[in-house]
Amino acid sequence: MNETASNAVEVTNAAKVFNPGTTRQVDALVDIDLVVAPGEFVSLIGPSGCGKSTLLRLIANLIEPSTGDVRVNGKAAAMARLDQEYGMAFQQAGLFDWRNVVKNVELPLELKGWDKAQRRERAMEMLQLVKLGDFADHRPWQLSGGMQQRVAIARALAAHPPLLLMDEPFGALDEMTREHMQAELLRICAETATSVVFVTHSIPEAVYLSERVVVMSPRPGRITSIIDVDLGDRRDTDTREDAGFFKKVTEVREALRGHEVDDLELARGVDDR
Amino acid sequence: MSVRRVVWAVWPPVVFGVVFLFLWEQAVEVFDWKPYFLPKPTAIWDAFTGNVDQIWSAARVSGANALIGLVVGTVLGVAVAFLLMRFRILNDMLTPLAIALNAIPIFVLVAVFNNMFAITSEIPRRLMVTLVVYFIVLVNVAKGLRQVEATHLELLRSYAATPSQILAKARVPNAVPFLFQALTIAAPAAVITAFVAEYFGGSQNGLGTRITSNMTANTAAAWAYVLGACLLGLVFYLISMALESITTHHRGVSPGGGTTS
Repeated sequence: MNETASNAVEVTNAAKVFNPGTTRQVDALVDIDLVVAPGEFVSLIGPSGCGKSTLLRLIANLIEPSTGDVRVNGKAAAMARLDQEYGMAFQQAGLFDWRNVVKNVELPLELKGWDKAQRRERAMEMLQLVKLGDFADHRPWQLSGGMQQRVAIARALAAHPPLLLMDEPFGALDEMTREHMQAELLRICAETATSVVFVTHSIPEAVYLSERVVVMSPRPGRITSIIDVDLGDRRDTDTREDAGFFKKVTEVREALRGHEVDDLELARGVDDR
Repeated sequence: MSVRRVVWAVWPPVVFGVVFLFLWEQAVEVFDWKPYFLPKPTAIWDAFTGNVDQIWSAARVSGANALIGLVVGTVLGVAVAFLLMRFRILNDMLTPLAIALNAIPIFVLVAVFNNMFAITSEIPRRLMVTLVVYFIVLVNVAKGLRQVEATHLELLRSYAATPSQILAKARVPNAVPFLFQALTIAAPAAVITAFVAEYFGGSQNGLGTRITSNMTANTAAAWAYVLGACLLGLVFYLISMALESITTHHRGVSPGGGTTS
């Protein structure tokens, strides 16, 4: 077993072209190289159309790269998906209304063929982890948006995958719930030693959560800079008012803005022609 | 549900019904309408209680036609919806045909069916009901099987679920409320179709034929059969509603507007 040795994610020289060779050809991603170390929390940030969700789906093997290589936990992405090496959460909690909360969390285990008692035990354990142990028998629609998202996280982590892939999971939540969920997510990831790739378009969210922020830019979708954030392990509510926090927020904002200016110039260039 | 809520839900239609019947009764008196024009509610009620055996036997004939057509049409509709789900090519082949079938006034088919089977046979009527129900169920169940949330599909793919697991875990449960909503449309339609199909000839044994055959000679009796037809339709509707409310497990919201094809 070389699990400790393998990186959570290794994307090497990957590109994704949609509708190649047609008039609707889109270079969604070019020249992507990204490594996520075990236990690391990495955010992907950028304006819409920069390919951050596409990159997440490449890692998840929900789409295939046009060129390049994607490895998850040392395995080819397709094999990693079959082995449930990652859990996934989306902006919509995506809970199944016809299942109660605990059965929702059990679903990935059910598909893995776990027996009933085992998966119930694990699902309850996961619900405790997200502090929803008392809501096992509730129906998803009886929960608030933030609670639903916590169930989705419990479900994503149910099989104890080494990697969690999240696509703007807190995007639909109000600011207060959002900050609370961010703190909860950090706690859960620390307790479970899970690596995370987190797509967001919120700069403070990316800075607060991540060890590294990957800044992306559109047309074609690419990584323009990677910013190291070192806010220490003990992040709490004070962290958000910390000078170091603001410095990093500014740094990410400038990295993003730099490319906006590029785009404007690019657009002007097109106009001139 | 509290008694109070039941009372509040029930009294407006009851009061309306009583007032309506009273005004009807009075109007026939005051304007001296002849019985062939419009009989009194009391006369209709007398005809109903006096002919209750014949009405019941006619209702059994029409009701059996409606029920058999409803069951067969539902089974066929569900089965074909699954086939269309499984084999996209079938969908492409059959959709134009379904549109073409929908474009013809569908009841003329009873005449065709009557020609195909013995005139005393109930089969043409049942076929007609089957066809009407089949389309309603097919369209709605196919929609329920297809319109699965994109997030659910991505999730299941991320769990490496096989197509049959996706069917079992997402598509079928998603389609169940669509099916029962379709039935609340199909059940009354089945009864109406069963009545109307009787007007295209065949045995004079159902509620539909009894309404026409009594209309000239004994208008009150004809209206008594109309009342019987109403009750039969109501029974079908209430049963389908009850089934729907049992199976609609989520938030009491029914799936995106059911369509009669």
